[in-house]
Amino acid sequence: MSNEIYTDHIVSVLVHNNPGVLSKVTSLVTRRGFNIDGISAGPTRQNDMFRLTIVVKGDDKSIEQIQKQLYKIIDVVKVVPIVKSKMVGREICLIKIKASGSEKHEILQIINVFKANVVDVGSNGLTVEITGDSDKIDSFLALLEPHQISDVARTGVVAMNRWDRPYN
Amino acid sequence: MNGARIIVESLKKEKVETVFCYTGGAVIKIFDELYKHGEGLNLIQPRHEQGGTHAADGYARSTGKTGIVIVTSGPGATNTITGIATAYMDSSPLVVITGQVSSALIGTDAFQESDVTGITLPITKANFLIKDIKELAITIKKAFYIAESGRPGPVVIDIPGDIQREELDFDYPETIDLQSYKPKEAGHPRQIKTAIKLLSESKRPLVLTGGGVNLSNAMPEMNEFLNKTGIPVVHTLMGNGVNPADEGQFLGFIGMHGTLYGNYAIQNADLILAVGVRFSDRIIGDPQTYGQNAIIIHIDIDPAEIGKNIPVELPIVGSAKSILKELNNGNFKLTISEWKNELIKYKTDYPLSYDENEKIKPQAIIELAMKYFPEDTIVATDVGQNQIWVAQYYRIKNPRCFLTSGGLGTMGYGLPSAIGAAVGNPDKQVLMFAGDGGFQMNMQELGIIRKYGLKVKLIVLDNNYLGMVRQWQELLFEKRYSGTDMDFNPDFVKLAEVFNVKAVLLKDPMKAEAVIKELAESDESMLIHIAVDPDENVLPMVPAGKALDEVLTKL
Repeated sequence: MSNEIYTDHIVSVLVHNNPGVLSKVTSLVTRRGFNIDGISAGPTRQNDMFRLTIVVKGDDKSIEQIQKQLYKIIDVVKVVPIVKSKMVGREICLIKIKASGSEKHEILQIINVFKANVVDVGSNGLTVEITGDSDKIDSFLALLEPHQISDVARTGVVAMNRWDRPYN
Repeated sequence: MNGARIIVESLKKEKVETVFCYTGGAVIKIFDELYKHGEGLNLIQPRHEQGGTHAADGYARSTGKTGIVIVTSGPGATNTITGIATAYMDSSPLVVITGQVSSALIGTDAFQESDVTGITLPITKANFLIKDIKELAITIKKAFYIAESGRPGPVVIDIPGDIQREELDFDYPETIDLQSYKPKEAGHPRQIKTAIKLLSESKRPLVLTGGGVNLSNAMPEMNEFLNKTGIPVVHTLMGNGVNPADEGQFLGFIGMHGTLYGNYAIQNADLILAVGVRFSDRIIGDPQTYGQNAIIIHIDIDPAEIGKNIPVELPIVGSAKSILKELNNGNFKLTISEWKNELIKYKTDYPLSYDENEKIKPQAIIELAMKYFPEDTIVATDVGQNQIWVAQYYRIKNPRCFLTSGGLGTMGYGLPSAIGAAVGNPDKQVLMFAGDGGFQMNMQELGIIRKYGLKVKLIVLDNNYLGMVRQWQELLFEKRYSGTDMDFNPDFVKLAEVFNVKAVLLKDPMKAEAVIKELAESDESMLIHIAVDPDENVLPMVPAGKALDEVLTKL
């Protein structure tokens, strides 16, 4: 297994929202030797169902094993592997930046290019919200790096497979 | 009806006969209801909750019924953990009911509070904390259904004190339907057809039976399949009990301490039909070379076992019983006599063997026991050398007659599981083998043999060592016997006698046969303490991670 290629995988897990289900899922993923790089949870259209979107690193074979193991949790209804090249994935990120008057202008230019939004402004800085795929958020953060970022909060990815999957 | 009574009535609805239970503050109400309304329930109170849980496990494995455990909160619950983990690794169905502090106190670090659902999360098939009395009866129904169906396993229900006291009408659901849990019994017809085709084309086929064959009560179907096809068979530790009519087909136990001919068969087969196995590391050795020349057909009810440890060519998901029945309907035209003759020759040339000297050989004791005990004896082992010698030398010919902690390897399993088997099988002989180390891990359970009038026959193979680890130290650590000598062992004869169990010390090899005969014929429970050759090793041995043909026959 050592020469396998480890890549990010996204697994979408539909669960019954019973007590402890989140810890059951995360504990299983951890127990089988995976690090969770991101996780997001939220309700679905059915009242008692939640959807978890989990980002883990692993090789293809181990990811298949994780999916099978997840099905063994009684509260897990469906496990859908998300194919990175064939998905839409979005993340929200909030960034708090210290900035004086002139710096604010510079930052606003970057914000415009990335179609991000200013959601809060104070005398010493501003808070920015950006939605997009993880790469977009990464590059946005990289550009803001020369400025004084005081806090970053990211939701982790939510993702779905595309309607029409292009051929490999 | 109060919650505690609902629990008792639910157990009756599930046709429970035996409950292994130990009281305490958080289950006092349940015990009160058992006292008042527990008619028809046989209550067995162990000396320690771990012993009680292993006993329930031994009861479950030997009878095929679910083992029931009731213990109190906090330490009562944590004492069951090793028993639950043992059952989980070997897929033994248990329903463990733990008392919990009252709902209002949960999370306050109250007296005898522990997070039972948190602790048991990775070692249960499912677990539940009851937060509303309306959930109680349906959760018990669910617990039994989950524990017994599909791949069986332990289920824990944690029930706070206030729920036990609260009142509600008793309404036990007749059936249950879980949207997200629907185990599949029948195998895919096309896969089964392909299996029959592959088997027919094979020149060197081999069957590997695993614990799943015992668990799904498929041993009759397995034997029928073997008799019909004439294919040679090997088994895992948990798959013990397979018995083809033609002894030449039987190649014993495989893996790290498997027979030379069993492992040879694996490495030289062109097709392996593996039924109800999980290809554990102890069975496959080196996954790269395992069954290197073989197409592997893997039958298992748990889809997660397919391809987990080794790649397989043809998976069939479903119960061993259902799929073997289908296979038995197949038309096989096998021409495998050359392969069978090759294996019979190998078996004759490289039999299991041990060297005799003036000391008592544990293998010889096992052979004697097999001679004097009836064929349907339930044999329980502890863990270590004793376990493997029994697996190698004691030919188990019936299903559910070999109780051993295979997956977790729990020392201390032997005595309590034998007791549980004796509770569930009063008409059968129950014979335990344990080493001096493991026996002492749950020896307190000697105390309930007289109390419940049980009949168990106990053999303590005493080499004054934790022998299996000592053997590894001899092989890999230049005989630095760190932590493995058992000096100041108790006098096991006196120990048994303290608990009113008849006991004999055996030191003279010349008397072995007479003593074992006495043990087999004794009308009451009896323990034999046997001073065996302390230097005896379990052989053959495939060092961990090596290929099954890189085997040591000497250390």
